[in-house]
Amino acid sequence: MPLTVETSTSIPLVDAHEIALEPVARQEGPWSRAWAKFRRDRTAVGAGVLLIVIVVASLLAPLYASQIAHTDPFRSGLSARILINGKRVPVMQPSTQGLGLGVTPIGPTWGARYLLGADTQGRDVAARLLYGGRNTLLIAGAATFLCFVFAAILGIVAGFFGGIVDLVISRVLDILWAFPVFLLAISLSIVLISQALVIGPFTIGAGSLALPIVIIGLVYVPYVARPVRGQVLTLKNSEFVLAAIGLGIPRWRILLKDILPNVSTTLIVFIPLMMALNIMTESALSFLSVGVQPPDASWGTIILDGESLLYTRPAVSLAPGLAIVITVLALNLLGDGVRDALDPRSKLRPR
Amino acid sequence: MALTILQRLFQMLFVMFGISVLAFLIFFATPGADPAARIAGRNASPETVAAVRANFGLDRPLPIQYGLMMKRLFVTRDLTSFVNRGQRVIPQVLDAAPITLCLVVGAAFFWLVGGVVLGLLAAALRDSFIDKASMAIALVGVSIPAFWLGEVLNLVSQSRFHDTWLFAWVPALGYKPFWSDPWMWFKTLLIPWISLATLYIGLYGRVLRANLVEAYQEDFIRTARAKGLSPGRVLIKHALRTSLIPFITLFGLDFGALVGGQALLTEVVFGLNGIGRLTYQSLQTLDLPVILATVIYASFFVVMANALVDVVYVLIDPRVRGS
Repeated sequence: MPLTVETSTSIPLVDAHEIALEPVARQEGPWSRAWAKFRRDRTAVGAGVLLIVIVVASLLAPLYASQIAHTDPFRSGLSARILINGKRVPVMQPSTQGLGLGVTPIGPTWGARYLLGADTQGRDVAARLLYGGRNTLLIAGAATFLCFVFAAILGIVAGFFGGIVDLVISRVLDILWAFPVFLLAISLSIVLISQALVIGPFTIGAGSLALPIVIIGLVYVPYVARPVRGQVLTLKNSEFVLAAIGLGIPRWRILLKDILPNVSTTLIVFIPLMMALNIMTESALSFLSVGVQPPDASWGTIILDGESLLYTRPAVSLAPGLAIVITVLALNLLGDGVRDALDPRSKLRPR
Repeated sequence: MALTILQRLFQMLFVMFGISVLAFLIFFATPGADPAARIAGRNASPETVAAVRANFGLDRPLPIQYGLMMKRLFVTRDLTSFVNRGQRVIPQVLDAAPITLCLVVGAAFFWLVGGVVLGLLAAALRDSFIDKASMAIALVGVSIPAFWLGEVLNLVSQSRFHDTWLFAWVPALGYKPFWSDPWMWFKTLLIPWISLATLYIGLYGRVLRANLVEAYQEDFIRTARAKGLSPGRVLIKHALRTSLIPFITLFGLDFGALVGGQALLTEVVFGLNGIGRLTYQSLQTLDLPVILATVIYASFFVVMANALVDVVYVLIDPRVRGS
């Protein structure tokens, strides 16, 4: 776990109206207090709103494709023609450079159809960008969820039960942690992507989105499980847990009532940062062609599609890249806000 | 101190063993498909698959298979590709390694120098424009996928603005060996270095700033100032020296993460024939022996680099050294 000492971000500006509300909020529990603090952090709230906009936009992808763009982003449209300024223009335009052989996809039209132009197969980049965003966000979100379930279980079990269980889990986490993330993900992907994965009664198809989800979810487990384990260890030796043990309260109840609520803030602080990391990993794997498989789109695969068009039609790879930067930046800002609200002393940041 | 170092080296060996076992299990024991068919590549003939099976001893027990794999990777080094028939894999990896190393070491130099300069400026001019700018650079820097930044830099320097005075010096993509033309080598690598270093310059600047701010609350800084030393001397000679120590641990981790991460993709974007591009090409052809070799060699390198940094840390930090 790379430890980074972080200074707190901008001090939120408080206006008189909000100060007046504060005493009311303070009488409630720690969650509402954190929420009140978060709400006053304008950067974080702005980032949150931006994220909601991005999620909604990508969820509306089918509507955009069918109602506004009238294009099918999953079928190649090499012979398609569209109407621009009353003229019918082919989507794949004859090349004007060199020998005049071959075709170049149409550039950004800034109209309803082919807003950002077409890719090498004559598909609408704008529509694919939205569909890709859906997949990228789905993968990152589901992988984050998976990662947290595994990490919470492993970290809590290792920290709470100790002994041989802790020893085994900690050593395995050490190894996973030292394994460079991309190399581990590449190994898993290349083995799984060519053939379906069969574990007992479950079969995951080769092109399924579940594969990148599982892979990305697994590789980051130690990054969350290790700090969780550390925190559980400190909690276990804290006075209120010792008191609970002394009172003869059953272990599972201590685990659920005393340990879990205290660990949950750590986990929540990690969520946006992990999600940002997962988006980066997904795009990298897809760019290496071991992430999302065609014809499905993700931001990473669209960057890959646009690589051969980089100098002629840069919009194809610039647009998804910008989408990644904006989303990840918003997640990082949101993460800072959540950390300041929930756990200001936390010095952990995942990489 | 010797004991601490020895302990760290032992831990390194354990982790290396663990990684090799894990990689072995992934490649040879994942449920669902025949490992021989996977290694033979796409559309391999039954004869090739049978040859792979005999070659890797795949009908023997797993521990023996593991031993065979490690022997072929590190002792006899005769692992061969089945996609490019008969191509020896290990020499390929070893040929590619220096290029990756040049890329990463250069990038590390840039981000350390950049980070230290930015951190010093931000701490010295606290709450100034530079302080706030470093914060912004840090956040944006860690939010940009390095390979995409590389593409953008390519677009600007190779195509759109290549004919202006700003980027006319940029050579075509590809790697030029250092020994044949050092100046050319530098020019081809400069932009890849920048695109990788951007990831961390802001972050390191921020970390150093935070460390410096913390150091300024220590007693020895107050003593130094009370002695009447100039502010610059206090900053460079007294505060910076202690603040750099946590830097080293962080640097070790990030350096490793870079070798096994963004550097791979940056090579692909800039057409540098390093480990990353080799992996990328093998991924396209499903050439598993090459991927197995690059994964194990690169991971071992990363683990050893991390251990080395920890040893250096023990050597230079008197607090750790004493205990």
